[in-house]
Formats: sequence, structure tokens, C-alpha cells
Amino acid sequence: MSAFWSWFVIAITVMSMIGALWLLFSNAKGKMTTEDTGHVWDGDLREYNNPLPRWWLNLFVLTVVFAVVYLAVYPGLGNFGGQFGWTSDKQLQERLEKVEAKREAIFAQFGDQGPAELSKNPAALSLGKDVFLNNCAGCHGADAKGAIGFPNLTDNDWLYGGSPETIVASITNGRTGIMPPLGATMDKDTLEALVKTVAHWGDPSLDPAVREKGMAQFNTTCMACHGPDGKGNPMLGAPNLTDNVWLYGGTTDRIRQTLVNGRQGKMPAHQPLLSKDEIKVVAAYVYSLSH
Amino acid sequence: MSTTTAPAPVYHDTVVRQFAVMTVVWGIVGMLVGVIIAAQLMFPALNFDIPYLTFSRLRPLHTNAVIFAFGGSALFATSYWVVQRTSQVGLFLPKLASFTFWGWQVVIVSAAITLPLGITQSKEYAELEWPIDLLIAAVWVAYAVVFFGTIAVRKASHIYVANWFYGAFIIAVAVLHIVNSAAIPVSLTKSYSAYSGAVDAMVQWWYGHNAVGFFLTAGFLGMMYYFVPKQAGRPIYSYRLSVVHFWALISIYMWAGPHHLHYTALPDWVQSLGMVFSLILLAPSWGGMINGIMTLSGAWHKLRDDPILKFMIVSLSFYGMSTFEGPMMSIKTVNALSHYTDWTIGHVHSGALGWVAMISIGSIYVLIPRLWNKPQMYSIPAINLHFWLSTIGTVLYITAMWIAGVMQGLMWRAVEDDGTLTYSFIESLKATYPYYGVRLFGGVVFLSGMLVMAWNVWKTIATPTPQSVANTAEASA
Repeated sequence: MSAFWSWFVIAITVMSMIGALWLLFSNAKGKMTTEDTGHVWDGDLREYNNPLPRWWLNLFVLTVVFAVVYLAVYPGLGNFGGQFGWTSDKQLQERLEKVEAKREAIFAQFGDQGPAELSKNPAALSLGKDVFLNNCAGCHGADAKGAIGFPNLTDNDWLYGGSPETIVASITNGRTGIMPPLGATMDKDTLEALVKTVAHWGDPSLDPAVREKGMAQFNTTCMACHGPDGKGNPMLGAPNLTDNVWLYGGTTDRIRQTLVNGRQGKMPAHQPLLSKDEIKVVAAYVYSLSH
Repeated sequence: MSTTTAPAPVYHDTVVRQFAVMTVVWGIVGMLVGVIIAAQLMFPALNFDIPYLTFSRLRPLHTNAVIFAFGGSALFATSYWVVQRTSQVGLFLPKLASFTFWGWQVVIVSAAITLPLGITQSKEYAELEWPIDLLIAAVWVAYAVVFFGTIAVRKASHIYVANWFYGAFIIAVAVLHIVNSAAIPVSLTKSYSAYSGAVDAMVQWWYGHNAVGFFLTAGFLGMMYYFVPKQAGRPIYSYRLSVVHFWALISIYMWAGPHHLHYTALPDWVQSLGMVFSLILLAPSWGGMINGIMTLSGAWHKLRDDPILKFMIVSLSFYGMSTFEGPMMSIKTVNALSHYTDWTIGHVHSGALGWVAMISIGSIYVLIPRLWNKPQMYSIPAINLHFWLSTIGTVLYITAMWIAGVMQGLMWRAVEDDGTLTYSFIESLKATYPYYGVRLFGGVVFLSGMLVMAWNVWKTIATPTPQSVANTAEASA
């Protein structure tokens, strides 16, 4: 802040405190009386004029004294940073460094081992679980079983592949899964046939005429991503439609919603948030849930 | 002043009656919404998947209803009563006073419609969109004209202390509301704040904390300074103390806002100033409590059979407690623990239920019989019952939130050696569950007291006037 504003802040701060004390002492002095002031309102409202309670006066002064001392040692008076040179940034940095030092010592024990090896190491798994609960449980659940729109990580069914390296890549860089809205591309009958076809993929009881109509549409609008046999494509994160795992729900209503409105899946990149070591142990933990 | 020779002034009490009744009505509505959202925190399914009933939309409805509808109506009713009696004249421009009543009701109803629809400026306690903000500003200016106009034409030589506080409240709220609500409209239901980033946050909490300081403190101190000596039949303890704590309170409150933004992007120096001035605020706040309690001193025996005085003394105790707790919570190291936890919710409610609601309830019980020319309230035992329901409800509510808040703060800051948090958020939520239950119960108890009040007010107004109303308690002075 410029020198002008700095002095402005200092001036109004100091003036406010002096003003408060002046108010206090100018009223603490003078004749003390327990007589009333002689004014009467509304028939019976009167006032005594008792002196200010001593302890209250002292309390008031004490808080001002505290303020003066505090502003001498901590930032507050404009550009004057205080005797200690304290800033919240420095405090954060110091604490982070302490944590960082401890953490480095802990991670050193795992050396160069990869997630696959670490998934057999109880110390790494316990650490990985902590990282998971802090960073992943919000979406994937404390039990890692996911929720609508957030994949179950325990069923060994993977949108982008389940090798330790792929898991590390998913955590590090994140993933963006897009199912485009297709409601406008087909008529209602076709949509219903497609919904039924997808919902009853391997079900022989589905009317063959419906399946034929549905598959005709599938081959034009869906096959490119989900593949000719509906088994999906991990390169794109396109889900396998033939198993009984549904990211957004497998009822006909849910599937219709997905088809008409599309879906946007977002796994955020954790590279700036977690260190390489942390990503490694949390990947080991996730890998261990299905291996 | 009121000697036999002076002609009796004609007071305009229709608007006081209207606001007094609406205080009870909006109190029940606002607290009911509070109970509903407290229940939703325990049982989230209670929003029935209906967007209009989600916590996020009902919560601002609750705060707006209890602060501005219930508290606001109580302040309008009592200030219009007090300024007339202590000035010995009727209201200045009574038609404008009538406009403030209907205008304020339109504001409240608009809030009740727009907030569930999700129309909001997303500023806490200032959620209402710009067209409603404009109406609030118009009503408020009218309120100021009526109030200060009445003081200007007063027949009493001195301005009574209650009016200083009401006056400061009216002026400050006008300034706060107009500055904080400054926005650029893009449509009838959408606008963008005139400020951005840390400045926006600072303006918001300059507003937010002074809404507490002037709306919920100064305004209700005005109420206290009239109704406590009136009901106790005792003079104010110290004129000198009222002068000192009045000027100190209104000048220092203005500094306290930054304590809502500790450890945020707000510059360190602003945070420090917010903290030290919040601490200096302790004594000025307590000045009002001392003056109130010492006024009652000497009339302690009256507490035995006057439940209205019980409301007042307990409200002053809660006022003293929460104005001690506030400065403590503004200390950065304490705030690092308490911020974002339910401790804050407990603190707010010890002020809102314990102080604001209880002093309002006591004052309305004084007003209702006078407004309808009855010797006293229909049932004194019902007031006593209400007193106990309010007190027990408040105590349950705030102790539950204290324990929950401190526990959450401790759980959130617990860290493992490797730098990870010991508890996930969901674990702290699970641990809070029983306290949400106690809080809900406390809220239901407090609300049930308001229903007793509604019945009592109704019976008082509806029972025919003859003096034969049988009751054991003393007739009011």
C-alpha cells in the first residue's frame, strides 16, 4: 500500500484508540453522584448517574493496552510489519517445511518401489489409505465404492485401464469423460429401442425387432466410442455397456437420461496437490482394493 | 413531564399493533424454517429431492425470516412505541409509518418467494436481489424520516437513551445496506456485486458484522433501555455509563468485520486490526449489560412473580455471555479452531435466541396488553411456561453446538506424522450427529414456546375488555 494509505490507516487506528480512552477518562472524572439526573420520560423513566464501575473501566483500558502491544509486534499499522516480522505466509511455510521433513523421512523407506510392489506393503497401504481418505473419499466414498457418476474402485472394472501405471496416470493428470447429448439426433421410437437394447444387452428375452432397430442406431451414433460389440474403449474412457457396471445407473430411466442429455465426467488432476510419492502410495492402495 | 396541565398527546399505535402481531407471526415462521433445516442436517432426505426445499435455499430463508422479519418487526414495533412515549408526541407522518409496515411485509414475502426459487446475491444476510434491495432502502429511508421526525418535534427536552440506540441502528443499517448491496443488475432477478475479490469479502463482512452490531445489538439495546426500567419500575443505573458505552460501541463496532476473514486472502494487517478492535469491543458491549442488570438490582424480588422480568434478566445474561464469547473467538489462535465449525452457529444462537429473541419476547409481552387496553396478558402462567421453554431450548441448542464445534475443530486439525489428516470430513460429520439431534430438540422446544406466546397473545386480544379478567399476578404499572 502507498505511504499515504499506510499513514491513513495508522492515523485512524491511533485516533480511534485515543478517542476511546478520552471518552472513558473524560467521563470517569468529575462529580460522582447517585442522585438521578432530574430528567423524566413517559411518566416514570428516570436515570441515576452512578460512576463507571472500576473493574469495567480497567477492563476497557486493558483491552486497549493489549491492542497497542499487539500492533507493536504484529502487522496491523499500515505498512509497519510489527517487531516480529510475522506474516501468515511465513507461518504457513514454516509449518509446511516441518511436515515436509517428516514426510520425506517416511517416504524414504519405500525407495524406488512401484505401486504394484507397494500394494503388498502394509506400511505403504496404511499411508495410502490416509492419502485416499483425505483426497479421494469425497467423491469415491470412504469405502472407495463410488457413487452415481463416481467410479467404484474396488470391483476391478476400469474405465481407463487398471494397471498400476494407468492408475498413477489417472491420478496425476486426471481424466475427462464425455458422453455427448444425443437426444436431438434420433426420434422417440428409435431412442426407446436403443435404451432397451443397451439396458438388455445380452438378454435373450428382448424382442429381436427392438434389438435390430436399436443396434442400427447404435452402429451410427455409439459404436465409434463404445466399440462394435459395446465393450467400450479404455483409451477414451468409454464404458463397457455389456457388463452390469453402470457409472450413471443402469435403469432404463437413467440410461435414457444419459443418452438424451449426455454426461460429463471429471477426475481432477492431482499433480499439483499431491507429491509423486503420495500418488504412488495412493495408487498402491487403490490397486490393492481389487488385487 | 406529563403533568396534568399539558394536553395528552395523541399516539399512533395502529402501526405498533401491526408490527407487534407480525413479530409473533414471523417469529413462528422463521423458527419453524430453522427447525426444518436443523432436521435436514440430521436427515438429508427431508428435502424430498425438491429443489425449493433444499438446505441451501431454506437456510437464507431462515436467517432472513428471524433477523429481518421477526427481529425487524420487533424493532419497528418497539421503536415506534418508545419514540412516541419518550418524546411525548405522536409519530411524525403516520401515513409514512404505515408505508413502512406494508413495505416491510412486501419485502418479507418477496424474500419468502425468491429465496426458495434460488434467486440470490449469495451474500450472507444480504441475499435478496436488487429490486427487493431497492424496496428495503425506500422503507428504511421512510423509517428514518418517521423516527427522526418524531424526535425533531418532541415535547420532552432531552432525547431518551433508548432513542440514541434506535437512531444509531437506523442510520447505520441504511449505510450498511446501501453500500454492501451495490450491484450491477443484468436482469430482474440477477445482478453482480459492485466489488470483487478480497474487497468484496471485506465489504460483505463489514456489512455482516455491523448487521450484528447495529441491527442485533444497538437496536435491541434501545428496546432494553426502555422496557427494562419500565417493567422493573426502577431508574436506569448510570446515565454516564450509557453515554460512554453508546459512543464506544458504535464507533468500535465498525472495525470488527475482518475477524470473519481470519487466515484468508485478506491482508494480514487488516486481520490484526479486526482482531484487536474486536477485543476492545468487549467493554463497550458489556456496558449495556451492566446498565441493564444494575437497573434490575433492587427489584430482584419482582423476578419471583414477573416472568416478563425473567425474560429480560436472562436475555441480558445471554447478551453478556455472547459479547464475551465474540471477542474471544476473534482472537486468531482461537479462531483457527472455531472458524467454520458449529461453534460459530452456537455463538450466533446464544445471541439470537438468548438475547435478541428473549428481549423481544419480553418487550412484546409488555406491549400487547397496553396496545389493546387490557390490564395484563391473558395468562401469566403461560408467560412463565414460555420463559422456561425458551431458556431450556436455548441452553440445549448452544451447549450442543459448543461441544460439536470444539470437537469438529479438534478433529479437523488432527494430523498424522506423514502430513495426512487423521480424520476424514465424513468422520467428523458422523461424530457430530448426536449433537445435531440435541440441537434439533432444543430448537423444537424454543419454537413450542413461541406457539404458547401466539395463543396467549391471541387470547389477550380476543378476550373482551372488562376489568374482570381474573388473574393472580399484580396489575401492570
